[in-house]
Amino acid sequence: MSSVRTPAGAAPAAVPPAPVRSGFAARAWRTVRSSRPAAIGLAIVAVHAVVALLAPLLTPYHPTVGDASHALLGPGADHWAGTDAYGRDVLARVLYGGRYALGVSVAGTVLTVALGTVLGCAAALRGGWLDDVLMRVLDAVLSIPSILALLVIVTALGTGPAVIVLAVAVVYVPQVVRVVRGAALAVVPADYVTAARARGERTWSILRREVLPNITDVVCVEFAMRASWVVLLISSLSFLGFGADPPTPDWGLMVSENRTAITVVPMASLAPILALATLVVGLNLAADGLSKAWGVDRIREGS
Amino acid sequence: MRGVLSFLLRRVVSALGTLLLSSVLVFLAVQALPGDVATQVLGRDATPDAVAALRDRMGLDQPAWERYADWITGALHGDFGTSLVTAEPVGGEVSQYLGNSALIAVVTVLFAVTGSLVLGVVAGLHRDRWPDHLISTVALIGMSVPEFVVATVLVLVFSVTVPVLPAVVLYGPGAGTGQLLPAVWLPAASLAVVMAAYIVRMARTSVIDVMASEYVTTARLKGLSTWRVVTRHALPSALLPTLHVIALNVAWLVGGVAVVENVFNYPGIGKLMLSSVQNRDLPVIQAIALISAVVYVVCNLAADLGAMALNPKLRTRGGRIR
Repeated sequence: MSSVRTPAGAAPAAVPPAPVRSGFAARAWRTVRSSRPAAIGLAIVAVHAVVALLAPLLTPYHPTVGDASHALLGPGADHWAGTDAYGRDVLARVLYGGRYALGVSVAGTVLTVALGTVLGCAAALRGGWLDDVLMRVLDAVLSIPSILALLVIVTALGTGPAVIVLAVAVVYVPQVVRVVRGAALAVVPADYVTAARARGERTWSILRREVLPNITDVVCVEFAMRASWVVLLISSLSFLGFGADPPTPDWGLMVSENRTAITVVPMASLAPILALATLVVGLNLAADGLSKAWGVDRIREGS
Repeated sequence: MRGVLSFLLRRVVSALGTLLLSSVLVFLAVQALPGDVATQVLGRDATPDAVAALRDRMGLDQPAWERYADWITGALHGDFGTSLVTAEPVGGEVSQYLGNSALIAVVTVLFAVTGSLVLGVVAGLHRDRWPDHLISTVALIGMSVPEFVVATVLVLVFSVTVPVLPAVVLYGPGAGTGQLLPAVWLPAASLAVVMAAYIVRMARTSVIDVMASEYVTTARLKGLSTWRVVTRHALPSALLPTLHVIALNVAWLVGGVAVVENVFNYPGIGKLMLSSVQNRDLPVIQAIALISAVVYVVCNLAADLGAMALNPKLRTRGGRIR
């Protein structure tokens, strides 16, 4: 938040100093303004979101209905990114593809980070057997390869978007819990938490009023970073044929469909690759920028 | 010394506990897969009598905990049951595929670790100058593209444009190392790019931290050359966190291998994993999951112990890690 603008002509000294807004939103806005990577990253993600929302306005073509007589065309005036084997416009599918990628990823990440934050804080606050049991179980989940866990869940419950959101949460919650628990453990010994306990606040209210506000930065960085992983994971799942069902426009699915024709129409594979890569680069830049500005050691905690 | 020993003992016991818990999770998850196994084996036209007979023979009518006990005691003796698809012993089948994947994994880790350590040190020493910017940007892109994208681009370059390496493997799981060797490079390179991207960032931060530390200033004031400072101080401390990243990445590596092996049709554990899920080959899924868990736990244990051996601070304090 920049300083409040003074009306033209008024002497700045005459204006009483504007109270500095110390809310989280204000702090986040200051960070974004001061950190170029964060600003660029968030801008890229915003562009992707806008494009996905406005897809019908940006292209005259339908993403799933093709014209077989115009199959496998290279980029041209009618089809800027060419067409695929079914004669579907590649650009239209890429534009609409953002809807599935962003929708499922955002839902998955929100669920994962929310669950992980609550569990991580609870483990740090309560400690004792709850902490021990929880960390043991999460360790066990971590030891199972995530793609195998995903495949089993999707095979058992079907490939709907809701199932994939759930599966993403199962796979990534343990890692979020570890990070959040670590951050919360640094807050728990603080005097204000002891004071809150002494005046008889319940765990839930301590969590909400004392702990959460002090780990918001960690949670936000975690969100951006996790989102980038979730996008990658979901696209890999689609690529393997266990994610989006054809003919849903999805980037991972598009690469796997058009890969065999890569010598004929390279653009049909490269366009979704480009979309996917820019989205994840944007998320990573945002995570990097925020973590640097807030002093959250992203590299140490993550990966 | 006693501190170290009791630490070792505690780590090993907790690793065993984790493994036991993962085996229960794996068993439960696989039980939740839809479809009756006996019907699956015999096909849809099987008579109810035949299905009942097979259920009896496979012990499917026993309670779940009894089947779990049977499975885990068998697994401890190296017997993972028989595959529902090939009717071969699962243990032999899995280890054959696993061996092929190990070939990829070894090449990947070698490439990724050496390459990224060198790049990370270069970037760290030239902090905020062009080599750093270049390396950091490439690393950012490397961690932002999924493995199948790297694989697809590599195929486009090395199999289509300049056809020097095979785009698909035509051999089965029984192929010899010599036959598979030409096919290893592209899958390994795809995985190494993604893996290296993380390690480069890690190594870069460690090097920057170390180079700013007081003992490096002392070493420089003593008149040590940059090369000596890097090899004596920067590299060992960059190696330490890297070890941990590699251990954490083992679980990821199994997943990445699944994707990449399917791109190249490479007969490894990832391909077996995917086909066994598609075919509902439960014993094979269970075996792969359990073996992966063992590998993960062992690698983490090794990384912890390695960190202890490399870090004098942790050693003298009687090995308190974390």
